[in-house]
This record gives sequence, C-alpha cells and structure tokens, in this order.
Amino acid sequence: MLTDIFPILSALRRHRLTASLVVLEIALTCAIVCNAIFLISDRLGQLSLPSGIDEQNVVHIAVSDIGKFGDTHARTETDLAALREIPGVVSATILNSVPFGPLSWNSGIRLTATQKVSTVDSGNLYGEQAGETLGTRLVAGRYFNPDEYVWLDDVIAHRSKQPGVVVITEALAHRVFGDGSALGKSIYIGDATELRVVGVVEHLARAGMHDRNGIDFSTLIPLRETTGTNGSFVIRTQPGQSGQVLTRAVEKLKQIEPRRVVVEQDTYGEIRAKHFAGDRAMAGMLVGVCVILLIVTALGIVGLASFWVGQRRRQIGVRRALGARRVDVLRYFQTENFLLASMGIVLGMVLAYGINLVLMREYELPRLPFVYLPVGAAVLWALGQVAVLAPALRAASVSPVVATRG
Amino acid sequence: MFGYYMELALRSLKRSRALTALMILAIALGIGACMTTLTVLHVLSGDPLPGRSATVFYPQLDPRDMTDYEPGTDLPDQITWVDGMNLLRSHRADRQALMVGGQVATQTTDEHTDPFFTQARYTTADFFPMFDTPFRYGQGWSSAEDDARSRVAVISSELNDRLFNGQDSTGRTVRADGNDLRVIGVLKHWRPVPHFFDLNMGNYSGSEDIYVPLGTARDLHLARMGGISCWGKGSGEESKMETAQCTWLQFWVQLDSPAKASAYLDFLTHYAQEQKAAGRFERPANVRMLDLMGWMNDQKVVPGDVRLQAWLALGFFAVCLINTIGLMLAKFMRRSGELSVRRALGASRGSVFMQLLMEAGMVGVVGGLAGLFLAWFGLWLVRLQPAMYAQLAHLDVPMLCLTIALAIGATLLAGVLPAWRACHVAPALQLKSQ
Repeated sequence: MLTDIFPILSALRRHRLTASLVVLEIALTCAIVCNAIFLISDRLGQLSLPSGIDEQNVVHIAVSDIGKFGDTHARTETDLAALREIPGVVSATILNSVPFGPLSWNSGIRLTATQKVSTVDSGNLYGEQAGETLGTRLVAGRYFNPDEYVWLDDVIAHRSKQPGVVVITEALAHRVFGDGSALGKSIYIGDATELRVVGVVEHLARAGMHDRNGIDFSTLIPLRETTGTNGSFVIRTQPGQSGQVLTRAVEKLKQIEPRRVVVEQDTYGEIRAKHFAGDRAMAGMLVGVCVILLIVTALGIVGLASFWVGQRRRQIGVRRALGARRVDVLRYFQTENFLLASMGIVLGMVLAYGINLVLMREYELPRLPFVYLPVGAAVLWALGQVAVLAPALRAASVSPVVATRG
Repeated sequence: MFGYYMELALRSLKRSRALTALMILAIALGIGACMTTLTVLHVLSGDPLPGRSATVFYPQLDPRDMTDYEPGTDLPDQITWVDGMNLLRSHRADRQALMVGGQVATQTTDEHTDPFFTQARYTTADFFPMFDTPFRYGQGWSSAEDDARSRVAVISSELNDRLFNGQDSTGRTVRADGNDLRVIGVLKHWRPVPHFFDLNMGNYSGSEDIYVPLGTARDLHLARMGGISCWGKGSGEESKMETAQCTWLQFWVQLDSPAKASAYLDFLTHYAQEQKAAGRFERPANVRMLDLMGWMNDQKVVPGDVRLQAWLALGFFAVCLINTIGLMLAKFMRRSGELSVRRALGASRGSVFMQLLMEAGMVGVVGGLAGLFLAWFGLWLVRLQPAMYAQLAHLDVPMLCLTIALAIGATLLAGVLPAWRACHVAPALQLKSQ
C-alpha cells in the first residue's frame, strides 16, 4: 500500500485542479460538520437542564379577570381552598412564575446594603409554599414559617414591609458565598432590603431566557401572590393524575367565578417543551443539514472517482497486463482517496477551529472540544472509503485486454 | 447559434444522465437551503416602515439613581412618565408619540356577547401619522382629544370584522374593560414586521387590536402590559405609575432632516443636563437617539439562530458549488475528444467556451427551479416551527427572482473554470492520442 503513495502523488499532481476541488469539498464539509455536531450537542445539553422541580406532577393554570373585584386576599384563599379539595391534589398555590416559564421576575443581588454594583442577577419566585408545591429538593435549612409570609400586593402598595428571609439555590449560594454554608448569611435586593438565608434548595431554574451559567440562580421569597399581580395557579398532583386534576381544577375555577377567562392551562411538561422548542427545532435542522451535506460530499466523491476511473482505463489495463492484481488496483484507488481525504481533513480542522472562533465571539459558544477533531476525521475517512468503493471496484474489474486496444 | 448550442447541451446532458442528475441535485439542495434561510432572514430583518424609517428615532435618557452605576452602562430601553410627558409637550420634533402596551376585555354594547381579551396600545395622537398607519374608515384622534382624555378608540380591521362584521363602525361604541369608547377610526390590515415600536410585546408579535389615548387609558385604569424597570423607591404599583421611579413607556419622534435630528439630540442632552441640575437625574447626563433600523440592530431583533442558519446554508451552498465545479470539470474533460474535433473543424475557442457555458447554464436553470421547489418546501417546514416569527416566512417576488438569478449565476460561475480548462485542451494532442 505504501509503495503506491508516490505514483499516486505524481498522478494527482497531473490532476491538480480536480484533486484540489475534492480536498476543498472535504475540508469544508469537515469544518461544517464538526461545528454543527458541536452545536447539536450544545443544544441537546440545554434540553436536559434540570428545573429542580417535580416535573411529572406539576400543572399550571393562568387566568385573567374581567372587571374590578373586591377583597383579592379573600378571593385567593377561596380559590386555593377549593383547589386543594380536588381529589388528587397534593398542594396548590399561586406563583409569580414557573421554572422555564415565559414570565420572569428578576433582581440584582448585593452582599451589603451599601454595595453599588450588584454581585449577580437572580430570578425571584414568589408564592405561598412555592418550594413545597413545586417539589424542589431542600438540601440545607428549612422552607418558610407561615408567619414569615406577606402579601405581594401589600408590599407593592407599601402597606406592609418586605419579608426578611429567603431560600436560595445551591448554585446561587456557591456564586455569592463561595464554598462555606450560606445559612444565616444575608443578601440584599431591591431598595436595600435585607434577606437572611434560611434554606438552600438543590436546583430551581429561572423563568425567561437566560444563558446556562445563570439559569440556576434563583431565590424563593415568602410573598403571597394573587392573580391580580399576574400570578398563576400551580398545583402538584398525586403521581399520574396531572391530566384529570388539570381538567377538574379549570372547571372549579370557572365555577367559582364564571366571568374569569382561563388564558393558559398546561402540564409542566408542556411548559418545558415550549421553552425548548426553538432549541429542539434548531438541533433537528442541524442534523438534517449534516446528513445532506455528507450525502452530497459522498456523491461528489463518487462522481469524480468514476471520472478518474473512466479516464484511466488504459493505464489500469496496462498495469493489469504487467502483472498487477485486481486487489492492487482496488488498493490504488482506496489509497488515493485516503490521501485526498487526509489533506481535506487537515485543512478542514484548521477551518473548523476558525469557524468555532467566530461562533465563540458571535454566539457565546464554548471552545470546540478537541475530541471532535478525531471523530470528525474518522467520519470523513469512512465516508471517503465508502464513496470510492464502487468506482474502485469498477476499476479493479478492468480487464488487461484493454491495454491492447487502441 | 443559440438554438444549436442548446441542442448540443441537451444532447450532452442526456448522454451522462447520472452525472447531470447529480449536478442538478447538488445545485437544487444548495439553492433550496440558501433561499429558505435567506428568506427567513430577509423577512425578519426587513424595514417595518419602508421609506420613513430613516426619519423615525427612538430617544433614550438615563433617569436612574447611582446604584449599579458604572460609566458606559446601557441606557434604559424605555422612558418614565415624567420624561415622556415633558418631551411630548415640548413639541420639538416634527411628530412625537408616547405609548405603552396593554390588554383589555373587549365587547360591544350588546350584553349577550361575551367579552374577550385583545391586545391594546395606549398612545398619543401622532402615533398614526408618524407610523403612517392605513385607515379603512375614519381617522385617529387629535392632540386636543389626548389632552381632554376623550373616550375614543381606533380599532384594527380584524377587531372590526369580529365586532361589527366589517361595516363602517365609526361612531359606534366598543366596550373595553367595561368602559364605553366611541370608535373614531378603523385601520386596514397593518402588521409591521418587526413589531418595532414596542419590542416588549415580542419582536415579531402581531399588531394591537385597539388603540386608546394614553391619558384616557390611565383615567380608566386599563391594564398595562410590557416591560417595566424600576430603581430606588419605584415599585410598579399601577395607580402610582405616573410618579414612580420606573421606566415603562416608549417614546418615538419623527425628524424629517438630519439637521433637525442633530438639533433634537442637542435638545435631549440639554434636557438631561437640566434634569440633573434640578436634582431629578443623578447620573451624568447620558442620552442616545438611534433611528428605527439602528434601534432594531441594537436590540438584536433578528434571532441569532436565524443568522446562524443563514451562514450554515451559505457554507452548505459553497460545498454544493464546489461539488458541481468538480463534476462539471469531470464531464467537460471527458469530452476532450469531441471538443477537439470541433476545434479541428474550425470552431473558435470562444464558441466552444460558449457551448460549454450554455450547458452549465441549463443545469443552473433546472437546478434553480428544483431549488425553488425545495425552498418552498423548506419554508413550509419553517412555518411549522413554534417560534413567533415562523408564520411570517413566505417567499416574496424579490426573493423568487433572486433564487433563479442566484442558481443560474452560481452554475455559470461554476461552469467558467471547467469550460475554460476544456477549451484550452490542445486539439492535435487529443486527436492523436485517440
């Protein structure tokens, strides 16, 4: 096989243009496919980001009220009491947002009251028994005592003071307090409100669009929500009952107040699917492009290899007449393709890194991991060998008699 | 000559069907992918106010306190009520409008119909002439009606169809959150893409269905929607939004000449300095005024994924093109013998070249048509996507022409190198070797 290399190289030098086109095509394909696969794995990685909640058994209902109404606090208590009576309901509350939901409440977190620039930006989840209802996992401390809750609309209207305690995620605790325990320490949000950390939960994803580094920076604040301040109902059900509880809950809410409009009703799975729909579509599209790109490149190799075989029938005949075996001719074309693919791959790797640098700058992607290069190389080598097989077999079947014909 | 070349090209293409099909397939796939993504990009990055966008500007101020202040931080995306009203009343621009989005339960005076929620926009008189909204019936309100906080409304043609069966409804009454408003205008279908004047509603959200004077909406406590950003004591309590330390309104101006635009920027700077001197602003005076397309750019309205897809498709097209060049080279070189005979019989190099290019062009036409079909299919797939912009992805006439032109142009370009090589083969050498 090695002995073939020099004749191959000298033959390729005579077909410099065609050879360089093949090399260029393989290089571009290699560069695009490497980056596309990287993008795909990046997107799929986002799909599996943890929300930190009991996703299987949480349902969500958003309502909108028409017209003015009386005591919102009493109404909220009535609604929630009715929901909690539905069989299959473990817990029901009103929250300002849900993990990966579209509505988000955020604020900057500071470590002292006088700190000028916030340390980090976090998502805030409000609602009575928010952690208990969503099913977040408490890893240290406790959730809130009933006397720690205040009504959100009262706070907004300055009728009552901000609460003084908070539960934060492990990621946020680590970001703000480093490795030490966060319990008992204080953070400041908004207008210098001090919040003492009483509990830490494992994960709790933020609502809205955030990059993956900040997605787990969340706080739970003991504020009671109402539908009047854009809160929506969140219910945790017994396992396997989410569908029927959702239907019953909607009926119940309409029954209590026929004039209210149910704007959204979905299981948590639907909320999550909606949030990541774009990423999933993009990943699907990238897979499609990669497959078609590889097919086009393979067909191109088939086309050019066939052309070369056709052009060299006489030489092949002469070689065969001079004693070369069929397998030698087959090897020749396979080695030739291997060499071209190798050149393409080397050029492609450089291109792949170049494209990745641009993507890193424009789309805040991480650096292309080194492992993609050997994998990409192997894929293209294999592709080249598969594509060249048919033309090479045709070349091997050229009979030595061809050499004697004019 | 043209007909003859065409016949030769057809004959040659027919001779090696597989290779021809491969070239057409490559071009079609490349064109299809490119045109699908470019069409989406073209639609999404389009000018929502063609011909006027360069004279429409979005002024920004920084009224925040010193918390979180760092020199060079971004300005707030919106404006406070106080600043908005000050700028609106100063009438320094050719036209100016202050606005915010909302949502109201809408119905007619017929008590038997159920109310339904519609997107609303609370704005001031110049909104309609500044954005050149097309009217089917009636007209917008005047600034006198703004000041009087009149109970009037302009509705979209879609809402007019739903409430009044598409009849001229001016003078009739529409009920918003239980308040009776007199319809004074009905718009024709109007959906600027992007939804430039308030990106909080979603970059590509549909237009509002009901427009109410801003003062009227505040009087009636119609529900406000959209982004709100507060500092200091600002809390976002709805009844105190007029004095809150929160930015929650959008303010647009129309300035018909560059001189007026620079004068307005001076005015803004002066205003900010004045407010700082008066103690209302704490930060160093900082203003900015981008024109419409500049603001769209600044807000990165076109989704990053759409750009990425367009680049990906261009890369894909490049591979397809290189593929076609290679295949065409193979095809032309295989015919060295035939070409040499033609050259030996007196055909000039130029006419052989033209003949080969004709062949390339034909591949381009067929590939382009197939690509158009693929692009149409691709756009259909895009429309199935969940994104808000997806439904906007339609092929328009300029993109249709561009598709065909790109296909033919690209294949001709791909044909030049192979054809040039093929027509430079020495005829004598070729004929002898056969």
